[in-house]
Parts: sequence; C-alpha cells; structure tokens
Amino acid sequence: MEPSRKRSCERVPRGRATPHPTGPPRARRVDKSVIQRECGVLKTTYEADMGLYPLPIARWTVAAVAVLFFAVIPLTLHEYYLSVANLVWIAVIGALGLNILVGYTGQVSIGHGAFMSVGAYTAANLANRLGSPWPVNLLAGGLMAALIGAIVGIPSLRIKGLYLAIATLAGQLIIEWTINHVTFISGGVQASIEVARPRLGSMVLDSQRDMYYFLLFFVVLAIVGTMNLMRSRVGRAFIAIRDHDIAAEIIGINIFRYKLLAFAISSFYAGMTGVLYTYFLGIANYEQFQIGVSIDYLAMIIIGGLGSVLGSIFGAIFVTLLPIVIRYTMEAFGGVFFAPQTVLNLIPNLRLMMFGALIIFFLIVEPEGLNRLWRNIRSYFRVWPFAY
Amino acid sequence: MREFLAIATALILATGSLLTAAPSHAQSKGEIVIGVQCDRTGPTQIVGTVLCPAFHDYIALVNSKGGVEGFKIKGLEIDHEYKVPPAVESYERHKKDGAVTMAVYGTPQIYALAAKLTEDRIPGTSPGFGSAAAADGVRYPYIFPIAATYWSQGAAAVDFVKKQLGGSLKGKKIAYIFYDNPAGREPIEVIEDLAVREGFQLKTFAVPPPGVEMGAQVLDIAQRFRADFVIAHLFGGAPSVSIKEFKRVGYPLRKVVSFVWGAAEANIDGAGGFGVAEGYYAMQFAGVGTDYPVLNEIREMYRKQGKEPPKEMASTVFYNRGVLIAALHVEAIRNALKAKPDGKITGVDTKAGFEKISNFTLGGLVPPLKISPTDHEGGGLVQIWQVKDGKFVKVTDWFAAYQDVVAKHIKESGAKK
Repeated sequence: MEPSRKRSCERVPRGRATPHPTGPPRARRVDKSVIQRECGVLKTTYEADMGLYPLPIARWTVAAVAVLFFAVIPLTLHEYYLSVANLVWIAVIGALGLNILVGYTGQVSIGHGAFMSVGAYTAANLANRLGSPWPVNLLAGGLMAALIGAIVGIPSLRIKGLYLAIATLAGQLIIEWTINHVTFISGGVQASIEVARPRLGSMVLDSQRDMYYFLLFFVVLAIVGTMNLMRSRVGRAFIAIRDHDIAAEIIGINIFRYKLLAFAISSFYAGMTGVLYTYFLGIANYEQFQIGVSIDYLAMIIIGGLGSVLGSIFGAIFVTLLPIVIRYTMEAFGGVFFAPQTVLNLIPNLRLMMFGALIIFFLIVEPEGLNRLWRNIRSYFRVWPFAY
Repeated sequence: MREFLAIATALILATGSLLTAAPSHAQSKGEIVIGVQCDRTGPTQIVGTVLCPAFHDYIALVNSKGGVEGFKIKGLEIDHEYKVPPAVESYERHKKDGAVTMAVYGTPQIYALAAKLTEDRIPGTSPGFGSAAAADGVRYPYIFPIAATYWSQGAAAVDFVKKQLGGSLKGKKIAYIFYDNPAGREPIEVIEDLAVREGFQLKTFAVPPPGVEMGAQVLDIAQRFRADFVIAHLFGGAPSVSIKEFKRVGYPLRKVVSFVWGAAEANIDGAGGFGVAEGYYAMQFAGVGTDYPVLNEIREMYRKQGKEPPKEMASTVFYNRGVLIAALHVEAIRNALKAKPDGKITGVDTKAGFEKISNFTLGGLVPPLKISPTDHEGGGLVQIWQVKDGKFVKVTDWFAAYQDVVAKHIKESGAKK
C-alpha cells in the first residue's frame, strides 16, 4: 500500500519536477488554482506536516461539510431529524472527551457518565440558586467536572489497565451515590433539578432547530479543540504516555502532571456534555448519567476508533443512529413476514441482536474501528483507478 | 455478483418504502395517533412485555368496535430500553407522526420529556412512576400521572396498616424498606409526616441497587426493630427477594404491604410462587384478575379472529394496567373528539379531554378517577389485594387516604420552585 502512495501523480507545479534533494526544507509551492489530489507523502517542512489542512482540497471539503451542517441540514430537514442530530452532537462531544483519555492517553475510564452528572448538577445548581447565565454555568460545569475528574484520576498514577478501570468504576459509583443522597447537590429526594432553556439575548432556545445550532457550535469547538490539542506539546505528551509510559518519563514528560491533565481535560469535555444535555432536556436527573451511559460512550470510541477525532464522531453517530436505522428497516419489512402484534414484540429484541451483531461485524472487518475503515476506503479511492 | 447484490438491495429498499407508505391511504375517516413508549428489552422488561401488548389489545378492541367517534386509533410503539436518548428520539418521532397523547414509560424518561411536553403542548402520562409533584396540574399542565403517585401510595399504605393494627398506630413500629433511588425515597417525607400525626415509630431501611441483597435489612426489621408492620417499596427483582427473605427469617407476610411495583404475579412467581407468598399484601392502581367485562371482550375479539387470547393476559396485574393506561388515553381522545367532531384535535384538546375524565371505571378495572385541571392524579385511589390460596384476593375497595397531607406536600414542592 505505502509505496503506491509515494508515487507522484499530482499536477506538478511549474518549474520543479521533484523536491530538491539537498536543498533547504522550503515549503513546496502549490498551485492553488487547481484542485489537486494528494497521492503521496510529499511534505518537506514541519509546518506542512502539522497543517490542519494537508491539501488545498481539504479546505473545500471542510467548507462543503460546514455548509451541509450549518445550512442544508438544519434548513431542509424536519425537526425530528434534527432531534436525532442533537442526540448525536451531544454524544460526539462526550465521545471526543473520552477518546482524549482512553484513546490518546491510554487510561481506561468507566466513570465518564458520572463526570457528566457532575457538570450537569453544577450547572443546574448555579442556574437555580444564583440565576447565572448559561455560558457561566457551562464553563463552571466543565471546570467542576475537570476537578473531580482529576481527583478520580489520581489512582492512575499507580495502576493501569483493568485496575484503573475498576478505580474509575468506583469513582462512578461514589459520584452517583453522592448526588443521590446529598440533597444540597441533588435539590431534593427526586434528585432532579429543572433548568430554564438557554437564552441568546431575547431569544429562548427551545425548538430542536435552535438547539441544533446551539449544540453544533460546541461540537465545532470540541472538534477543533481536540485536533489542536493533539498537535500541541500536551497532546504529544499524552500519546507518548499511551505508547510507553516509562519511555515517556525517561524523555522528560512529567507523568504525574500529564495523566491528571488528561483526566481533567477529558472530564471537562464530559462536564460540558452533561451541561449541554441538561439544557437540551431542561432538567438534570441523576438517572440519565448512570453506569450504562459510561459503557455506551466506551462502546462509541471503541467502535469508532481509539485515538482519533473522526473515530469519535463516527462512533457517536454509529451508536446513536444504528438502533434507529434498524428499527426503520424492521418496520418496513417486518410486516411482510409477521403479524403486526408479533412485529411489535420482535422489533426491540431483534434490534438488540442486530446491534450487537453489527458491532461484532464491524470490529472483525476492521479492529481499529470505523475511522480506519474510512481511511482504507479513502486511500483506495485516492489512487483509483491506478491501483499500483 | 456485485451488480446482483446492488439490484437486490435496491429492490428490497423499494418494496420496503412502498410497504411503509401503503397503510396511510387505507383509512376512511382518519386516524388519531397515540405515541406509546415501551420497555420490552431493558431492565423493566417484565413489565413492558405484558403491559405494551395489553395497550395494543385495548386499542384493537376499540377499533374493532368502530373506533372513537368514527375515528380509528393508532398506537405507535417505540421501545426505548429504559434509556433516555432513545426516549427523546421516539418522542420526536411520535410528534412528527402527529401523536396527540404520549404514553411515556419510565421515571427518567418522563423527567427528560417534561419540558418538551409542556412546550409542545402534548399531554404525557406517567402512571405509577415519575414525580409525585406532577399531580399538580397548574404547575405541570401537560404531565398526567393518572394513577396514585408514590405520595398517595405511602398515605394509603399507612391508612391500611392503621386498619390492620386495630385502628390506632400510637406506639406501633412501622418499617419502611425501600429501593435506594429517588423513586424509593420519594414517599418518605409523607410517611414521616404521618408518623408524627399518628404517633407511630418509623424506621427506614434502604436497599442499595440492584436490590438483590437485603438479608441484613430484613433480619433487622424482623428481629431487632421487631416491626409491627412493614411497608415495602421495591422494584424489579427486589420484591421477590424481599418475600423470600421475610419468609426465611420467619416474619409473617401478612404484616407486609407492598407498593404497586412489587405487586404483580411475576413478583410472586419470582419468590417461589403463591404458596410461598401466602398472606402478602399488594397495592394496585388497576384491578387484578381476569373477571372484567373489557377483558372478556378482548378474549371474544381474539376468538372471532380464530385466535387464542394472548398468553400475556395470564399476567393480570401488568396486563390490566396496560388496559387502564390505553383506556384513559382513548377516553381523553374521545372527550376531545366530542368537543371537536371534525377530528382536527391537538394536544391542547386531549389535555382538556384528560381533565374531563370522571367516573370512567371499565367495570371496576379502572378506579373512579376524577381528573381535573388542578388534579392530574385523579384522587390517588388504590386497592389492596392479598395473596391467598394461590391467587390475589381483593381486601379493600378503591380508597385514598390522608389526601390533605399529600396536598400539603404537592403545594410545598410547588412553592420551592
């Protein structure tokens, strides 16, 4: 695969057939007037290698995706589809956060749901007790979750892998119990706090369409934030710790600081997710953040691809949409084979089975997740039809 | 091969879309849609697998008799596995499909949808779960508990215990054993108030989730605290465990009264059958047993189609609750259609329809509820049934107790906001 990608089939800029073999690492002049396809690793400077847009065409792709999500989808689709998109957006932010910890830093966590609840209850309490506006609550929820996350992350300095998973599980249960029993936090025995809809000036964001934009804004922030974080010194330290923590320590990375930082950043994302979820539903309720949620998010990033931004997005979409797609399919075809009453009973059960089967199928086809699958497809078509 | 697969897929998709599109043409005067949420696969599946078929059976019965005011009823069901995001999705889907009432299922789900229901003006029901404060129709205009809330159940339980212990609770010891979650703790404040008023000694015993280990609590109740009576409020598999444990330590089950989610045949069977649970009192918000006219009609409907009545009917507690929920939704729609015979009803009309429900009893299966714009609970009526000689036997008729105390708590909860 690799050698074929090295071949230059790009439209070559005038006057220079190949990069100068001995010359200084100057940036290649790229003719921006033509849309070019990449067909090899031709970067000669560090700047070019670290660029967010590897090719001019990437700008166009990003622009097209932005138009699709900011204009085409919200303006053409029915509110129902936007509500599904909103659930996906919330999942995307949560999955990105968990991927920073699990995928990039290699620290397993089963406490993500609890960190979300920390954010949710912080924001709900601030909104109801102090009447503070949503940007403040959002930030405070994230920061409080980051603090609690860093505390729960302390065992990661001594233990790894499954042991750490159990330690974070304990964190999940302790946080659940605390919210459930401390009425100062939970706002009463029902452990649910109603929160008013967010306002933007005089506009109340209550319809699914308003929420769509509201959430999409934070999705973009989260994606750009994660991508940039991973290009920074901090991100590279995370990856070094994941790949070999002792080696990382030897080259001068402060394991203590960076592991806790990974927990804090990941929990910050989780806290934000919790706050956004609270504003989306209009209520913070502890039963929305129980251990099953933590498992769901782990499933998302494993299916999507550990250690990749796109993988988190794919995973979140997959786990949220697949049950819905399966149900639609079953509703369409179930009536062909069975009586209506049987179909009703069959749909949920078969859906669970198919959901499980499809996860296994995708993981067998590509153990590194949907992101890798997507890259394989992309690199196939990149040199298509010249496969060699 | 690839071409073949592609063509086959395309054909299948085309047939599929045709089939989904087809039924919408078939109706004559029109359809009224109810959004039904269900849990047939999640943690409360023992309820859902019986309750949801019952819901559809009742709607089929109504349709087989010509529908409501000439309109057919359609119950669109979506299973949400007791998870919140799928519940949000199914709510939006039902809204898109024009549902005028929503049968929400599950406490976290009704909490999560409360704001949306109110904004969209579609009434949603939460029978036997959800927040007790939602009985306040002024504060929650579009939430309808339509059955006794946990506060009313707590009050009724204390009243029942009082009668069992000879009319006075002064100096008696009552144990309250509960599942340690918000729903389990909700009634404590009401029972505590009643402890002060009636002068009994109350001790609470929490059972941590998942509620399969309560040996210590039961032993404490039976041999250290020596309770005169036990009020149990447990969910899922926990009621069965509690019956077994009380039996094991030799505490008489005729001194145990359970809230509505520990009151079904499935709970008794899980404890080892009716022989084991002899004497156990169970609180109900729908009638129990097979002997109701509406159930006979459902059986008759199946026989006319040449089918056996469904096996779910044997689990009468959950089945009858499903019928009750469906019937109240249909009644709300009927009231709405009476006010607007052209059939163009919205959630606002069905809300008014729910608030007109009064003395609709389906031959005793439904309590004589009186739902009003201020009281969405309908009076907090329950019956107590007892396990006796292999079946549930009715001990009391519909009753509600200490409604002044319950009202006080509803008011306080509203004032806190």
